[in-house]
Amino acid sequence: MKKQPIFFRFAVGAALAAVLAACAQPTPTSAPQQPAEPTPTTAPAEPTPTAAPAEPTQTPAASKGKIKIATQSPLSGGQAALGVGIRNGAELGLIDMGKALEEMGFEVELAPFDDQAKPEVGAANAKNIASDPDILCVVGHLNSGVALASLPTYRDVSLAMVSPANTNPKITESGYPNAFRVVGRDDVQGAVGEEFARTEMGIKSVYIIHDKTDYGQGVAEFFRQQAEKNGIKVLGFEGTEEKANFESILTPILAANPDLIYFGGIYDQAAPFFKQARERGITAKFLGPDGLDSPELLKLAGDAVKGMYYTSVAAPVSQFPDAAKFAEDYKAKFNEDAPPFSAQAYDAMGVCIRAIKTAADKNGGNKPTREQVVQAIREGGEYKGIAGTYKFNAKGDPEKAVYFVLQVSEEDGDPAEVWNKNKVVKKLEIPAP
Amino acid sequence: MNKTANHAQRVSVQFNRGLPAYVALTLYVLITSALLLSNTRTSLLTDIIFVLFLMGMLAIYRARVAGGYKLVLAAVVLLGVLPYFGTRNAFYVELAIQAAIFVTLALGLNVVVGFAGLLDLGYVAFFAVGAYLWGILSTPQIAQIAPGASPVEPWMFYLFLAIGLLVGTIFGILLGFPVLRLRGDYLAIVTLGLGEVIRVLAVNLDRPVNITNGSQGIKDVARPPLPDVLRALMPGLGDAQIYQIFIYLMALAVLGLTVLVVYRLKNSRVGRAWEAIREDDVAAVAMGVPIVRMKLLAFAVGASFAGAMGVLFAAKQQFINPPTFDLLRSIGILAMVILGGMGSIPGAIFGGTLVTLLDLQILPRIAMELSALKRQGIGIPDWFDPAQYQRALFGLLLILMMIFRPAGILPDERRREELSEGEGVEIVETATSPQPEAASS
Amino acid sequence: MAVAALPTPTVRRTLRMTLASVFGPLGQVFVFVVGSAIVLSIGTLLIAFLLRGTRADVDLVQATLVILPQVIIDGLVRGFLFATIALGYTMVYGVLEFINFAHGEIFMVGAFAGAALGSILVSSGVLNALPVPLYVVVAVLVGMVVSGLLAVSIERVAYRPLRGAPRLVPLISAIGVSLLLQDGVRLIANLSGLGFNARFQTPNFGPPLRLAEIPVSEDRAIPLILDVRALTFIVAAILMLVALNYLVNATKLGTAIRAVAQDRPTASLMGINVNQIIALTFLIGGALGGAAGVLFGIRVGTVNPYVGFLPGLKAFTAAVLGGIGNIPGAMVGGIVLGFLEAFVASYLSLMTAGAFSGASYADIVAFSILILILIFRPSGLLGEAVSQKV
Repeated sequence: MKKQPIFFRFAVGAALAAVLAACAQPTPTSAPQQPAEPTPTTAPAEPTPTAAPAEPTQTPAASKGKIKIATQSPLSGGQAALGVGIRNGAELGLIDMGKALEEMGFEVELAPFDDQAKPEVGAANAKNIASDPDILCVVGHLNSGVALASLPTYRDVSLAMVSPANTNPKITESGYPNAFRVVGRDDVQGAVGEEFARTEMGIKSVYIIHDKTDYGQGVAEFFRQQAEKNGIKVLGFEGTEEKANFESILTPILAANPDLIYFGGIYDQAAPFFKQARERGITAKFLGPDGLDSPELLKLAGDAVKGMYYTSVAAPVSQFPDAAKFAEDYKAKFNEDAPPFSAQAYDAMGVCIRAIKTAADKNGGNKPTREQVVQAIREGGEYKGIAGTYKFNAKGDPEKAVYFVLQVSEEDGDPAEVWNKNKVVKKLEIPAP
Repeated sequence: MNKTANHAQRVSVQFNRGLPAYVALTLYVLITSALLLSNTRTSLLTDIIFVLFLMGMLAIYRARVAGGYKLVLAAVVLLGVLPYFGTRNAFYVELAIQAAIFVTLALGLNVVVGFAGLLDLGYVAFFAVGAYLWGILSTPQIAQIAPGASPVEPWMFYLFLAIGLLVGTIFGILLGFPVLRLRGDYLAIVTLGLGEVIRVLAVNLDRPVNITNGSQGIKDVARPPLPDVLRALMPGLGDAQIYQIFIYLMALAVLGLTVLVVYRLKNSRVGRAWEAIREDDVAAVAMGVPIVRMKLLAFAVGASFAGAMGVLFAAKQQFINPPTFDLLRSIGILAMVILGGMGSIPGAIFGGTLVTLLDLQILPRIAMELSALKRQGIGIPDWFDPAQYQRALFGLLLILMMIFRPAGILPDERRREELSEGEGVEIVETATSPQPEAASS
Repeated sequence: MAVAALPTPTVRRTLRMTLASVFGPLGQVFVFVVGSAIVLSIGTLLIAFLLRGTRADVDLVQATLVILPQVIIDGLVRGFLFATIALGYTMVYGVLEFINFAHGEIFMVGAFAGAALGSILVSSGVLNALPVPLYVVVAVLVGMVVSGLLAVSIERVAYRPLRGAPRLVPLISAIGVSLLLQDGVRLIANLSGLGFNARFQTPNFGPPLRLAEIPVSEDRAIPLILDVRALTFIVAAILMLVALNYLVNATKLGTAIRAVAQDRPTASLMGINVNQIIALTFLIGGALGGAAGVLFGIRVGTVNPYVGFLPGLKAFTAAVLGGIGNIPGAMVGGIVLGFLEAFVASYLSLMTAGAFSGASYADIVAFSILILILIFRPSGLLGEAVSQKV
């Protein structure tokens, strides 16, 4: 059989298609002339009507151009529940607060990206984001590993990244001028949890479990360091990727008989763990970080988690009534309870939008540059969001983060409502280290 | 199928050889290049042009023009237009870099799976070994293992490309040696297990001695110093951009070397020995093929490229952590090999490029365009967010590809002939099977 | 498929023969289970004894002994999970020599079907009124039907067109199916309000059984616990194995399945409808997977669309470990793997004074031992060597 020339024919056809596409382009002459900028960050001071041809140009004549805000989080795979929460929270934020920009004559759009919880995908997406000059701010990521792989690219084009979930200290300790977060830090949160366990719960011994992710293990490590320093006996420190079958981990715990089990991880893994622990007859108290802050924990684990404690940086509904409205809106729009970090994503979006607006005002009502947006976030002063109040320090951390210790309500009823009744046991205002 | 092929041949014969071929090919490359360079903004249009532009490579490969001319055109495309375009738009060069990295991996796996017929489901382990080798030794992480040791100098990177090759080879032999007695699916499951072992070790070896820094990953992995030549060639550009071009060129160099080696191997005695093993290992032994040595060689060759690319990947990424090296990645690389056509070098290149582009460019773009349609209230219901279902789309694509083109997109010539024989046999079998139904009832 | 003892169909089966062919393999499984439990226990105690001096704070031998019965039970429960999933792999492999990579997802779909049933029963208010055994039967049946039909349709759409292709081609197609199913279920779960992490609602199974109290000090005893749900799982799994053995070894259908497994063209010449038998194999394998999914959901209490991947992978290793294509082998492989994981997860930290986290290394120690076994006994624990088409 001879070589099939079908590919070649296809290639020729494709070339023709390309030529046709080029002819169909609205203004093929205006774009090519101004290429030589190193990075197209400063380009679009004037309106740029040459958008993708698939979108009909139905924009009002007064439009000053398009502003996009990107999100990056895992939208597929095992961590999708949290990643989609970030994307959805940001979308709600854009719907609620994007009007400020629309009133100035901009078109506002969300550009969600799926980083698949993989650093190399995040890095490629970051390049994609960086090469779209309409994107002025990024809300992301979920995994600090992915954030660390993407941050160099954001830095190279001075694009602001406001993280709704990365509690890893490295994010802001690595000297990126464009990295911000609206959450606390693992090193502080672990210490807060330990102090509470030691002083208020009277814990003498602890068994630490984590989920082998940078988040869960990170916060668990800090908890352990503090515990060892302050004389709590650490009976075990185990990590597991198992999501459902915890017997083999629970048996040694049963034998060790700790006062407290600290779970560094996310609610979806924690819920079956706690449930099975209680079924096993383990009577230790439970404590965990803000990854547990979801009504889903209560929904999935039921009675096992009633009365347990968790630490969080997100303010509970009782202190920030807006959060209740957010939870309702979220449920109404996306047909599920708002997962952890989605309210923070809403706030991260708010930080982005306010900064863009400030920068645009300064820029005479025109579209600001990315540098101007970063500067506006940095100098923006206090921002009051639905989950907290943020003012960024030089590193990009909230200057003073409020850490809460909460107790899961013992009431019965719809988990989503019961969760809102969780009691604040302790409130600590701690400046970022 | 033959009929359409003949038809296609007749239609395109005027473009396929002689002067028209030269003209058509040159025109194609010129037009797509010009279009690419005049559309530097990331958009749907640029995406389409970029794909068409890369297809030019396929056209170059397929066209019947002089080999020298092909080389010139390929050099213009890969060493001229693409890097130049990269200075305008960083995203597409990133795509090209990742494509080069994964194509190299696909080529390496192709040696193991396609040439020697050994199903390896843990191939990414060798990639991980290379990446961690450079990641650990070029960062302060080394001091955690050997107190007082300082990281190696960044220029040693080039040396480490070679060391990565060597370490990959050693690992290939070490892992290959015990498992080569196994056949078929046992080999598959053992390699799968070994791949998982390497990943879990990467996650867990932060204690008792902190070797890999566990789930936190290693950051600030060193990059080789930027050659002054490149700075001089690209005045007015920032270091970050020149770096990207530099890494692109290095990835291309490693890829080129891999293609060369694999190509030579395939057409050598070794290649024929592999083929004999793949087709019938008993007969191969009978013919005097040293079967264990040849299988080991296949493992080692495949692993060596992955090791070297791992070193480059760590330097490019500057951050490595275990999720990159999971089973899905191994499967993804296998999908590249099989989509392209097992045992086929152009197939592996095509498959690797296609899957990488799908993953990073085409599927996200489709999702984005669907979202844009959705915003305008067309067709897509509110509950469906296209960005979340890229993987499902990839899965669907795999199924459809396998059903309609099971031999791969660019199948190996010899394989294709065998396969068409095999199809004939199967047709007879399925035709006979329904008939005796009456007898059984 | 075990092809050794293929009885000639003309001979009328006596009850004795039927019983032997159904319960014989069970005896084999039982021997292996007890044997491996004993070997592992002795090995662990030996290690504990040798390492006795290394830890000042605990007596390793005593610490090992007090949890040993519990570890064995844990391992058994875990092993039965792998075993039931592995049955599906091994059925399909036995007949088609094809790794049905999507089997883990079929298992997951079964679990979701159970979760959906639970939420329907709750909203109609009858869940807590149902007696537990009835509920289990209904839920398992629902899971079996959904997963079985799903497996058959997958075979029809994604595998049958590829039957003549090289072996890797259907494998890639199966990977595609796996990705598609994960996201498909995610979409449906989100739409139907079950959510990404669906709660698996069941009637109250009552408190776990306390089999014994093992004293550790004067004032404290560690209970030896067997959860009712876990017990349900084990009983159901054994019943399924018996039924499967009966089907394969003692019915005409089973003979047809074995014939197709052994030689497809000849079986077709003998008047067996090969396509139908293959579809049937998928139906049975899928139904077993679905039942396993429901039982898993009952025990764990929550399911998500990605829950099938890892158990599927491990079940596959279990199937290979036992000798793929061999039905009792899958059972044995699963249970041995379960034991291995339970022992490593429970004891590794203890033995190494916390330097190595047992839970983290359980996966790979199981894999490593698997690799060793395969290297020294490539046909698996029980396997007659698989007929390799060279």
